[in-house]
Amino acid sequence: MKVLVPVKRVIDYNVKVRVKSDGSGVDLANVKMSMNPFDEIAVEEAIRLKEAGTADEVIAVSIGVKQAQETLRTALAMGADRAILVVAADDVHQDIEPLAVAKILAKVVEEEGAGLVLAGKQAIDNDMNATGQMLSALLGWSQATFASDLKIEGEHAVVTREVDGGLQTIKVKMPAIVTVDLRLNEPRYASLPNIMKAKKKPLDEKTAADYGIDVSPRLEVVKTSEPETRQAGEIVPDVDTLVAKLKEKGII
Amino acid sequence: MQFGLTDEQQMIVSTVRSFVEKEIYPYEAEVERTGEVPEELGQEIKRKTIELGFYACNFPEEVGGAGLSHLDFTLVERELGRGSMALTHFFGRPQNILMACKDEQRDRYLLPAVRGERMDALAMTEPDAGSDVRGMKCQAVRDGGDWVINGSKHFISGAEHADFFIVFVATGVDETPKGPKKRITSFLVDRGTPGFEVREGYRSVSHRGYKNCILYFDNCRLPDAQVLGAVDGGFDVMNEWLYATRLTVAAFSVGRARRCFDYALAYSAERKQFGQAIGKFQGVSFQVADMITEIDAADWLTLSAAWRLDQDLPSNREIASAKLYATEMLARVTDTTLQIYGGMGLMDDFPIERFWRDARVERIWDGTSEIQRHIISRDLLRPLGA
Repeated sequence: MKVLVPVKRVIDYNVKVRVKSDGSGVDLANVKMSMNPFDEIAVEEAIRLKEAGTADEVIAVSIGVKQAQETLRTALAMGADRAILVVAADDVHQDIEPLAVAKILAKVVEEEGAGLVLAGKQAIDNDMNATGQMLSALLGWSQATFASDLKIEGEHAVVTREVDGGLQTIKVKMPAIVTVDLRLNEPRYASLPNIMKAKKKPLDEKTAADYGIDVSPRLEVVKTSEPETRQAGEIVPDVDTLVAKLKEKGII
Repeated sequence: MQFGLTDEQQMIVSTVRSFVEKEIYPYEAEVERTGEVPEELGQEIKRKTIELGFYACNFPEEVGGAGLSHLDFTLVERELGRGSMALTHFFGRPQNILMACKDEQRDRYLLPAVRGERMDALAMTEPDAGSDVRGMKCQAVRDGGDWVINGSKHFISGAEHADFFIVFVATGVDETPKGPKKRITSFLVDRGTPGFEVREGYRSVSHRGYKNCILYFDNCRLPDAQVLGAVDGGFDVMNEWLYATRLTVAAFSVGRARRCFDYALAYSAERKQFGQAIGKFQGVSFQVADMITEIDAADWLTLSAAWRLDQDLPSNREIASAKLYATEMLARVTDTTLQIYGGMGLMDDFPIERFWRDARVERIWDGTSEIQRHIISRDLLRPLGA
């Protein structure tokens, strides 16, 4: 079975995000970019499936600017077998919307004959949480989202989902799209031998046009603004004062 | 001229950096407080390093290392420099002088060191022989077919965890027109060899938990098989292999300075006095500007010296410049950062005070700043007959 793992190049989670002065989005010029952390978990899970003998090949795919090549090399250094880069934008500020990404992924899935797509539940830049679901609809495949545990049992995937109030275990028919949550696994570091091997692994470069997909935006960002700054707190001497203060503010 | 890192180099940097952030930073405060590295923790760091294929990455592939170039290895050292030296010691980089091992020495010392099974330490300094290496008193004399060593060594880093030692010892004196000149031989000495003892050393202001030890030799008998390199060839092995350790000190200093600078920058933006961020005062903002300029300069100086080594270009002077400038830069950056923090910088709630303490030794070990200036100036003036 081939496992396809879409990986997105996003602003590094450690970077202090700055909103562009015109409010059109987040400033990404000269900012450290990394693989979306949820996608890293998906890559890790795919590699574990391969190590367990469940998967034969792990293919990482990235859709976006050419620089996403670095993100793919990271996936290769972690242990993915090969990578596909679909260049769909030249400007780092142009975000390819979930529907366009899902359409391209659907084509790649068909072309590769993948049996499982492991994706991050969402990208940490725009938190859309939509690509996996849309891909499942386009392919007519089962979907299991927010996975915190995954087992492939014959024709089925048994997925534990993190839902409000607890864990839900579902069984879906393969082929399937599984979107992964934070607690599924802890991604490995790229080992030095794998880093050295990554360069030699195949990385195919395609364009959105190769798949006949129009990536022009359908959504309009009206405004991006900084979150409100937190108000300074107050240190109280004891519990009684705390309770009194909370009552005073009508919180309890 | 190409200043960018390759994809591989970028991945090496980001892997080592996240390793240091996740596997080293969380344990630093405890090591600082106790002055000890818990045995299991050291072994755990070592195990993870081996698993990642980074252990002994400075060694060539034919002996089981990763075969990194000097430049790649310098990047590794730079990122490790961010973390506590007591802990990154277990991200093992055995002394590359072990490449001088011959025949069965390879099986007993070189290969187990590269595999992480045996740890090494290098012993050169003595109470009366610091910068003046040839002034060493520790000596070996022939007795039958063996050598008998007497004397002591101090400031021996890594000795606490070492299974064997590379020890430089005087093995004779040559009379020269400039006076007597000692001949030096290096020996491989196993811990536990009769007549050889490792004793606790001094408590240093820098690098708590990265202990130094004192070695004692009392009629310690060694066969010829323990000679590393040639008899009386100590300086040859030293010159062939030890040049690069100065580069690792430079790389350490750059990495450490960058971590320290991150604190200075964040604090300059956050800390408010007189109704505004202190970074808005020119007194602080210009210090920030000077610090990053010096850090970048030291970084490029260090990387370019490493690159020269890879190109087989003469690099002795350039390595000395990198070591000199990077270590003195680190002293200024840690001191300035502490000043920006004010009184709080002196408290051990923040790592600033230890960055400042740790920095002090860098200008002393692996050749003092004065020795580096000597190397640089001799390289320039000697050809002119001065």
